[in-house]
Amino acid sequence: MSPLNAYLLLSALLFSIGLTGVLTRRNAILVLIGIELMLNAANLNFIAFWRYGPNPAALTGVMFAIFSIGIAAAEAAVGLGIILAVYRHTKTTDLDQINTMKG
Amino acid sequence: MTAFFLIVAALTIAGTAAAMSLRNPIHCILALTLSLVGFAALYLQLGAQFVGFTQVLVYVGAVAILAVFAIMMTRSANPPEGQSHQAAFSSSWLTGGAIAAVIFAVLAWCILSKSTPMQTAIQQPDVSVNQIGDALMHKFALPLEIVGVLLTAALIGAVILAMPERRKTL
Repeated sequence: MSPLNAYLLLSALLFSIGLTGVLTRRNAILVLIGIELMLNAANLNFIAFWRYGPNPAALTGVMFAIFSIGIAAAEAAVGLGIILAVYRHTKTTDLDQINTMKG
Repeated sequence: MTAFFLIVAALTIAGTAAAMSLRNPIHCILALTLSLVGFAALYLQLGAQFVGFTQVLVYVGAVAILAVFAIMMTRSANPPEGQSHQAAFSSSWLTGGAIAAVIFAVLAWCILSKSTPMQTAIQQPDVSVNQIGDALMHKFALPLEIVGVLLTAALIGAVILAMPERRKTL
């Protein structure tokens, strides 16, 4: 197995674990953490393709990963803010109990 | 496929799995930190030093702390009486796990069925922070500005979302 394939397999496995968490956890904060883990797995793909790609001097993979980290940080801040706002209304972060749109 | 890669991969997988499966959310965040450090080590091994250190700064330093704050502010670490015996997973966890397993199977099949053309042992590219800064300021100047605007908007939006609402006087 080539190193690139090893990294791609690892990334796919981590993505799937994060997806499992997103689909099955009841705590909203942990669902957000799962999304972060999926984004990290995608970043690992970018870096692996950049490292073993034909033109590493172009820096595209590194740039994409840096911008992706920035976007993910913004997403985490806004997501946790939304969770706090929802918690203030419903007094719970259990996604099975948050089932009305009107607070 | 060095021993270092195998060890770091095992640590990252273990941290990720623990972060998604433990019952106590605080323990989940601790496992998440291990997983994020593992990602940073993988980036460093791939020769992307700047991304690795950014990962440590942003994720381990900021996102994990933010998640801990959110858990403490929502009191989901110690749920109220009568709910503590409930499962941490949704009632349809079997369906979710099956969907994720199928997606992993498809991804792994795609990766393994096609021999990638770029298998030649390329020497480790050395990318200095100087080059990255140069590229950010010239070639990627517009995306950098857009990310700056986005981060500002996200900062203001998060503060407004988390602010206590004012009751409207009717």
